[in-house]
Amino acid sequence: MINDYIRPKSIREAYEFLTNRENSQVIGGGAFLRLSSKDIDLIIDLCDLDLNFIKETDTAVEIGAMTTFREIEKSDILKKYFGNLISDSVKEIVGVQFKNYVTVGGSIYPKYGFSDLITALLALECKVVLYKSGEMRLEDYLKEKIDGKDILIKIVLAKESTLSSYKSLRKSNGDFSILNVAVTKSKNGYKVAVGARPEVAMLAYEAAEFLNSNSFVDEDIALKAAEICCESLSFGSNYLASSEYRKELCRVLVKRAIMEVVK
Amino acid sequence: MLWVCWTANCNKEILGGEMMKVVNQSIPKVDGLGLVMGKPTYTEDIIPRNALVVKVLRSPHAFARIKSIDASEALKLPGVECVFTYKDVPKVPFTRAGQAYPEPSMYDKFILDEYVRHIGDDVAIVAAVDEVSAEKALKLIKVEYEVFEPVLDFEKAEGHKSVIHSGDKIECKVDVGLEADKNIAAKVDIAMGDVDKVLDDCEVVIRRRYYTQATHQTMLESFRSAAYIDERGRLVIIDSTQIPFHVRRFLARAFQIPANKIRVIKPRIGGGFGAKQTANSEFYTALVTLKTGKPSRIIYSTEEVFEAGSPRHAMRFDVTIGADRNGRIRAIDLEGLSDTGAYGEHAYSVFLQAGMKSLNLYNKVEAARFKGKVVYTNHTPSGAFRGYGATQGIYAVESAVNELAHELNISPIDIRKMNMIRQGEAAIKFNFNGIKNTAPTEIVESCALDYCIDRGKELIGWDEKYPRKVIDKNRVRGIGMAIGRQGSGIANVDMGSATINLCDDGSFTLLVGATDLGTGSDTILSQICAEGLGVSFDKINIISSDTDITPFDGGAYASSTTYVTGNAVKKAAEKMRRLIEEEGARNLGTDVDKVEFDGKFIKVKGYDKAISLEELAIKLMYSQKQLVASDSYVCHKSPPPYMAGFAEVEVDLETGKVDVINFAAVLDVGTVINPNLARTQAEGGIVQGIGMALFEDVKIDSRGKMITNNLMNYKIPTRKDIGNIIVEFAESYEPTGPFGAKSIGEVVVNTCSPAIQDAIYNAAGIRVRDLPMTPEKILRELKSKTR
Amino acid sequence: MKAIVNINNQDRELIFEPHEYLLDVLRRYGFLSVRRGCDTTSCSVCTILVDGKPVHSCSYLAARAEGHKITTVEGVEEEARKIAKLLMDEGVDQCGYCSPGFVMTLIGLKNENENPSDEEILDYFMGNLCRCSGYVGQLTAIKKYLGVK
Repeated sequence: MINDYIRPKSIREAYEFLTNRENSQVIGGGAFLRLSSKDIDLIIDLCDLDLNFIKETDTAVEIGAMTTFREIEKSDILKKYFGNLISDSVKEIVGVQFKNYVTVGGSIYPKYGFSDLITALLALECKVVLYKSGEMRLEDYLKEKIDGKDILIKIVLAKESTLSSYKSLRKSNGDFSILNVAVTKSKNGYKVAVGARPEVAMLAYEAAEFLNSNSFVDEDIALKAAEICCESLSFGSNYLASSEYRKELCRVLVKRAIMEVVK
Repeated sequence: MLWVCWTANCNKEILGGEMMKVVNQSIPKVDGLGLVMGKPTYTEDIIPRNALVVKVLRSPHAFARIKSIDASEALKLPGVECVFTYKDVPKVPFTRAGQAYPEPSMYDKFILDEYVRHIGDDVAIVAAVDEVSAEKALKLIKVEYEVFEPVLDFEKAEGHKSVIHSGDKIECKVDVGLEADKNIAAKVDIAMGDVDKVLDDCEVVIRRRYYTQATHQTMLESFRSAAYIDERGRLVIIDSTQIPFHVRRFLARAFQIPANKIRVIKPRIGGGFGAKQTANSEFYTALVTLKTGKPSRIIYSTEEVFEAGSPRHAMRFDVTIGADRNGRIRAIDLEGLSDTGAYGEHAYSVFLQAGMKSLNLYNKVEAARFKGKVVYTNHTPSGAFRGYGATQGIYAVESAVNELAHELNISPIDIRKMNMIRQGEAAIKFNFNGIKNTAPTEIVESCALDYCIDRGKELIGWDEKYPRKVIDKNRVRGIGMAIGRQGSGIANVDMGSATINLCDDGSFTLLVGATDLGTGSDTILSQICAEGLGVSFDKINIISSDTDITPFDGGAYASSTTYVTGNAVKKAAEKMRRLIEEEGARNLGTDVDKVEFDGKFIKVKGYDKAISLEELAIKLMYSQKQLVASDSYVCHKSPPPYMAGFAEVEVDLETGKVDVINFAAVLDVGTVINPNLARTQAEGGIVQGIGMALFEDVKIDSRGKMITNNLMNYKIPTRKDIGNIIVEFAESYEPTGPFGAKSIGEVVVNTCSPAIQDAIYNAAGIRVRDLPMTPEKILRELKSKTR
Repeated sequence: MKAIVNINNQDRELIFEPHEYLLDVLRRYGFLSVRRGCDTTSCSVCTILVDGKPVHSCSYLAARAEGHKITTVEGVEEEARKIAKLLMDEGVDQCGYCSPGFVMTLIGLKNENENPSDEEILDYFMGNLCRCSGYVGQLTAIKKYLGVK
């Protein structure tokens, strides 16, 4: 049950509602609202705040929080700098109707473990910009506990020419990922991110370091990096798969992603 | 030699030599245009105004007794009309299973009971003026439970200290081997010959164990019904059901009112696949409307459909096959265990079919046996799902036959051809419970399995691809096959009937009880009617599934509609033809043997004297008589449709993921009444079969809670999960079928799992025997193979 | 709450509660082609067009619809009829429950990409579940409607 709905005209207004009304919530696409049975006093809809954008600055590509998955999937700007990383990450999610309303902000803010997009973004130089807490790296945002409520306004991706690969495995199309993996290589080196563990994505620092320390990466190196990755992260079991299988998958998908990047 | 020819103007001569004008045509469905354009013709669209919203409070415990239940707070809520608990309803046990009376089903369900036997079982019924009030009221009902240890493992159910049903409170009209105190719902013991003796004598014996999982029908329209009292004080139910006549009988029993005071109407429905062969929501709306006099409605959420519906029985099979070295199968011993969940609606019948139908693929064995038990557990009660036990049994037997083929180094195709049933042969006649079966031997009068296998082989590219093709170091493709069958109706049990009225404009109204769940049976039966009358298709106006208006029909199950009801329609049409000729002759002033009816005119033979059907109709109606022809048909055999299924899969050796690349199926369904609709049935069934083989899975947690209780967690195949599906039909003619037809509804799902399993084996050298064959299970087998 | 929403090219004033989704509000206003197939945004039976793009009406708050153009099957009768005939020609108009959502998705695809490949079609329709038809004839009908090979 929702008691009230409002479309604030500024982010400040949105934040005021959010902090003043106790049981209030910001919605992105509204999909997860639909799936929840909680009673909410006030829904705060950001759709009038012009947060639906993908734009280039001198150093970055910025994506507004209300940009939909379909829009990032089809974006030429994102393809230009990051290849198919982002479009591949959202390609298999439910279907086009879902992607036409699910938003970037709505998926990142709650730090969903099953998120495919978070894994992809984590492998880029990604910053999130929150209204109160300001700008921070995505990897820090995922680890930190935010004090009180906040509003995600946009994400900022450093404009680096990046080679990338996104891999995931699902039992059937449209299902949640059993595991997802993103590997990137830019002038700053490699990044390896693994998500849907089933916990939220994390960077595999040692694996990336190992890759960075090798001037030439072949399949043996890729496999070794994947194994380091498996040892450095934790995996859990749920109805989709066991932790043992996830770990196996991590080894295979990371190896394959690395090979795709270096090819 | 039987043959078929197709002529340019689409008059088809089918096997058997009859000329077809309407049958064997891909006529578009009569309701297709309205459905696709979104016409409001489903239950939810025609609910009476101001209907009370009914909701059910469902048990959070898998097995418990209601110690106390207090609805007083809920009743105080504005907008709440009434709340019922087990104290307020009749205590008559009944079955909800859509089967002919006397049902081989336990009468073990009450409208509401003191005991709850699965998470999702009904605890209280609320009716309120709107959704919001009804939801609030549910939350205000206070229930105290005495919780028992639930029975959640069907392999440990027998003799469990938790006894789910009290033997003295339930009954069964037919002795199915109920032993409630041991949690045994039914037992089956059928045999032919001395299996143990023959097995002892066989050169090769293999023994394997297989598991099939519970799966959901997942029709997109959930269970729902609406009820109201009409101007004559009768209870009218609008119901998304496959079994309107059985529903009427159940309600009469449950509420102890005469059946003629109840009317059940089935409008358009959004699929069923067997889920709606078990009555479900009707009891709640009937109760509320009977008690309040007001119209009521209930629409289940997906969670309710899954938790309180009727998924496929999970089963375990131990298959023992004895053969000689050259591949001749001499004995098959099948032992099974089936999980009927909390109530035994379809416990016995489904289990029996698992053995009967699968073993009769191999009729030339010297001995065959099927025995086993169906146990109660505290799972959601299992029910009817396309294939109805045959799917599970055929999976086990066909997988074992494939394994035997590998063991003997014989091609799976050759081993089928050596052993499978053929046209003209006798089916195995089983003795039940040791008592000799004196029924006449059943001869299979139509079976094109030979052709199905040969053609399927071509379609899949067997010779080029068998057994495997390596794509790269991580990916291998393999092919596998299986044969399958079902039945057409239940012999000596299923009855369908049809009534045809001539209208004053020379068209006809066809009344059938038979239930179209979207399959197109309204269209198929109209085709049979038109063909039987010799008139064009557009002359038939079909009305179906209204217990007040249409004659009796068991309903849409057992693949009976085309064969059983179709025969009734054909017989009624033939009667109507004779009536037309009689009345035409009389109006022409001559005898009936001097006239003939060509579909448009009743002509005096050899003379230039005729009357058109339209003219005759007007004359009869104003003012002579109304022509009505009615007939019924009970099938005395259940002629099996057959299928050969061929799967080509690709296995990713590092992840265990299996993708279906191609699936080719060739079916023998006798005469194909409507090729487009038949092909679509096959494609739909194959897709369901792929889901069952590879990923569909009802998962329950340690408390008995269904984890996969919505479409986000329970995944059915999308259009990207199925590869390339190729379907063809064999030329075949069943002499006892209407214009040679058999059935198609269920056989279509039965070959996928065993064919895919063997394709995986051929690709990767490993075999997963418990469905579904998920990537994790496949990888586990691959890893243990390399160790 | 009240909102002016353009439905099938007609401005309508809708009255609804904040918690209501467009699916239920549309049904209440007589657009009965819009229906529910699941509770978890998983099946796409409820698909409508919002500003020409397919969206799940079960997850779209009615309050959000203000100022937007909504299209249901009732508003595209001519196209729906064409699509219906193509589906019927294949025999895949089975129970019909997923059909309106299918029709709207197809029109959405046509708005976005007039010449999609088979792969693009399957991707676009991935979220449209059908339990009856097996999907094969639906692909044939889609391609015929778009005039692609």
